[in-house]
Amino acid sequence: MTTTSPVEKAGGATATYVDQRIGSNKFLSRNLGKVFPDHWSFMLGEIALYSFIVVLLTGVFLTLWFKPSMAEVVYDGSYVPLKGITMSQAYQSTLDISFDVRGGLLLRQMHHWGALIFIAAMAVHMFRVFFTGAFRKPREFNWLIGVVLTTLGLLAGFSGYSLPDDLLSGTGLQIARGIVQAIPVVGTWAAFLLFDGEFPGTEFISRLYGVHILLIPGLILALVTVHLMLVWTQKHTQFPGPGRTNDNVVGYPLLPIYMAKAGGFFFVVFGIIALVGGLVTINPIWIFGPFTPDQVSAGSQPDWYIGFLDGALRIMPNWETVIFGWTISWNIFIPALIMPGVLFTALGLYPFIEAWVTGDKREHNILDRPRNAPVRTGLGMMAISFYVMLWIGGANDIIATAFDLSINSITLFLRAAIFIVPPIVFIVTRRTCLGLQRRDREKLLHGYESGRILRLPHGEFIEVHQPLSQKDLAVITSKVDHEPLPAPDKADADGVRNKKYRSQSLRHKLSVFFYGANVPKPSAAEIEAGQHHAAHSAEIEAPLHDYEDADEFRRAHGGVLHHPGMAETNIEQQAEEHSGH
Amino acid sequence: MTDITPQEGHDQGHGSAPAKLGYSPVADIPHKPRLTDTDPKAARRAERQVATMFLLSMLLIVLFVVAYVTIDPSSTVYIPVFGDVGASNFALGLTMGGAVFLIGAGAIQWAKKLMPDVEVVQQRHDMQSPRRATAEAAANYERGKEESGFARFTLIRRTLIGALVLFPIPLVVVLRDLWTASPAEAGKSPADLLSETLWTKGSRIVSDGTYLPVKPADLPVGGLVSAVPADLQEVEEAEGNLNARTKAAIILVRMDPEEIRSQQGEGWDYQGILAYSKICTHVGCPIALYEQRTHHLLCPCHQSTFDLADSGNVVFGPAARRMPQLQIGVDEEGYLVAMNDFQEPVGPSFWERG
Ligand code: HEM
Ligand code: FES
Repeated sequence: MTTTSPVEKAGGATATYVDQRIGSNKFLSRNLGKVFPDHWSFMLGEIALYSFIVVLLTGVFLTLWFKPSMAEVVYDGSYVPLKGITMSQAYQSTLDISFDVRGGLLLRQMHHWGALIFIAAMAVHMFRVFFTGAFRKPREFNWLIGVVLTTLGLLAGFSGYSLPDDLLSGTGLQIARGIVQAIPVVGTWAAFLLFDGEFPGTEFISRLYGVHILLIPGLILALVTVHLMLVWTQKHTQFPGPGRTNDNVVGYPLLPIYMAKAGGFFFVVFGIIALVGGLVTINPIWIFGPFTPDQVSAGSQPDWYIGFLDGALRIMPNWETVIFGWTISWNIFIPALIMPGVLFTALGLYPFIEAWVTGDKREHNILDRPRNAPVRTGLGMMAISFYVMLWIGGANDIIATAFDLSINSITLFLRAAIFIVPPIVFIVTRRTCLGLQRRDREKLLHGYESGRILRLPHGEFIEVHQPLSQKDLAVITSKVDHEPLPAPDKADADGVRNKKYRSQSLRHKLSVFFYGANVPKPSAAEIEAGQHHAAHSAEIEAPLHDYEDADEFRRAHGGVLHHPGMAETNIEQQAEEHSGH
Repeated sequence: MTDITPQEGHDQGHGSAPAKLGYSPVADIPHKPRLTDTDPKAARRAERQVATMFLLSMLLIVLFVVAYVTIDPSSTVYIPVFGDVGASNFALGLTMGGAVFLIGAGAIQWAKKLMPDVEVVQQRHDMQSPRRATAEAAANYERGKEESGFARFTLIRRTLIGALVLFPIPLVVVLRDLWTASPAEAGKSPADLLSETLWTKGSRIVSDGTYLPVKPADLPVGGLVSAVPADLQEVEEAEGNLNARTKAAIILVRMDPEEIRSQQGEGWDYQGILAYSKICTHVGCPIALYEQRTHHLLCPCHQSTFDLADSGNVVFGPAARRMPQLQIGVDEEGYLVAMNDFQEPVGPSFWERG
């Protein structure tokens, strides 16, 4: 054995001391060697986690100087242009953090940049999970938690943005109040309760403060913890590749590689946020001035994650109805409350809807390539294009100035585009996916087209095809062919009417829509023949070229694969369920 | 374990092999040795690289402290690309960010170059609990149900459920006093409060900021002035908030009386001077973008556009209500005054507005 240093001896003694009290070594024995698969896209969730930690840390520092009070004071700090101006204590203390506390501006800007990166990383992480089907069984709960986390992230950001009580954040709150007031029946009262009366009152910032520094971060922290515990116990999904199956994990052990890489990455994210916070100004509240409800600065923009709501408010037609003397402000209620509500609810329910449509109840640990689920990929792109349309709406004034267009025509265009563009995006995406599937099939049947034409001794011309590399072969053959659910019968053999006919029939149609157009994978024999053929044509050419990478096609025996007796296709699984367990 | 490598003759349907989840025809995980695995010199170089990064990180922390102590936080420096920036913030961010970044970069470099990079395989296990565990859990549940008598004691069960349903009520009820009406608000409902402003008959109109009264002659045709009632400052002082301002803020515009196509009341203008609320009827942004040629007032928040020559009606955008107009005139000294309060609520719509 290797020698043990005094430090290690002390460490060992501590581990024993702790273990005798909480049994920690059992956990360590199982987990220090835990394997994590590696892929750049798995770092997106890590970025979200690490930037959240940075935001927590810098936030705690900000609380040391920030005063969440709307009480009025006269500014006498070192920012000369505002000297002698009456403002709230919240705004004054934010100015102090920015100009009089050394390192204060850095902390503020790190907090703000960290928040922007946190929310952006969550969003992109969510895209990764969606397009690869990582939300499928057994990971539906983690998807739901993720959707809630994203929502909380938006609220955290908005509540923080509103604290400094500068002109921009105050206008944001004024809009928020208008939105609350538009809720049918309870809106007026809700607004009065939240703000302790009329706008702006004197209480709202201190109320928001508790929400911002305790309630929302606490919830996020709790949910992040559960999220990570689930990732830990369910083990990470992996992309298809050589040696990877649905029943194994291929990657690096926690100790030392993953720990060094992930731990190192935390410092990288932290470092980058600090660099950006030091170099790039964000939210220069001293330029906007203190809040007053009767002034506004034109062309001001909210943080990026609020842009879609702002855009929705902008492009909504001005519908309002009055029924029996009660006012319903559809023009506000729909874009600001119904739309995001529906969007996030649909997002949260998606895994359950897809599972219902496909009838798929198997565990999925190998990620889908987006092309192999064309409808899902299409729906995802459709949702993104919808979001982007709203975003463009949120920037319509900036676009109008930049491109010398009329705001009104951009708005009118968007009112139509929001309904027209997403379906087009869906169709194009789905077709592109199917095209890629067809190309994959070609590759399996004939190898790569090298683009090189060869003239054989007897005069024949052939195009040289090259066999796929082992990696490509493993990745492309990972596609699983699914059958749509069978059409239901109106009545069974004994003529008893099928009561569930309508729902089953709908499900059948949706499942045909979901799977129907998929390009079937060639059979193993066809693949082998195709690759042999390609290898042969490449061999003829080989003497002419010096191949570095002539991965010879080899029919390897697949790793392990499935639990005996477990349903392999969704159809088998359906059949099993019908025959009763 | 079954070997599910597709076999000839096992084909089904359209000639494809049976779908196998996670089928990989390639069992070997590829691995290429790195330079640092084969060349001890490269390995030593990598070691030095990593150590250098950690060293530099320490150095930057020292520089951070130096910058913290020596740089005056109010001084600025010119940095190409970034322009004039706060010197302190720049130096602190650069040193701290660099230091932390280098720790991470060093660790990652160490992992990539010097730690084993052979991928390993671990088996997964079903998430579902073994049958025995499920059966035990079910048995325990049954025992609990039996022993507590939860199923038998109907009365207890129902009253318990009732008690639990009522228990959050106090937590909701206490929220009522999130709004405690001030003496001035006593006895008024939210809707009442939203429907009245400081303006009354004879309130002098003073320009916002200077608080000087306005004479018609102060306002040229095409001009615009932001204004508030003369007693606003006093009221703000007394109430200690900006609530009154939020509702009372107005703009005065003057146009050629010929150009006024309609207004909200007969003769509500004074010699072509019109007073409109400044608070957008959409969700409440203050407005001040006025185009004199078209008499359009544009809200910067969501671009609702109001035609001030035509009763403040909405000509574009998401706002549903016209801008409320204030009837004005002059007092004996010739200053502009309000003739009344607004005749409809200012600002965003609300349920009780009607
Ligand atoms: C959960 C994620 C969080 C997000 C997304 C977030 C976001 C923000 C944002 C965007 C601001 C405005 C900063 C500015 O430009 O002035 C802000 C301000 C602030 N945040 Fe957070 N924050 C989070 C968590 C926290 C936590 C945990 C704390 C403290 C324990 C905190 C304390 C503060 C304070 C004191 C301010 C006001 C100071 C200032 O504006 O300079 N935040 N937050
Ligand atoms: S607040 Fe004026 S358009 Fe929305």
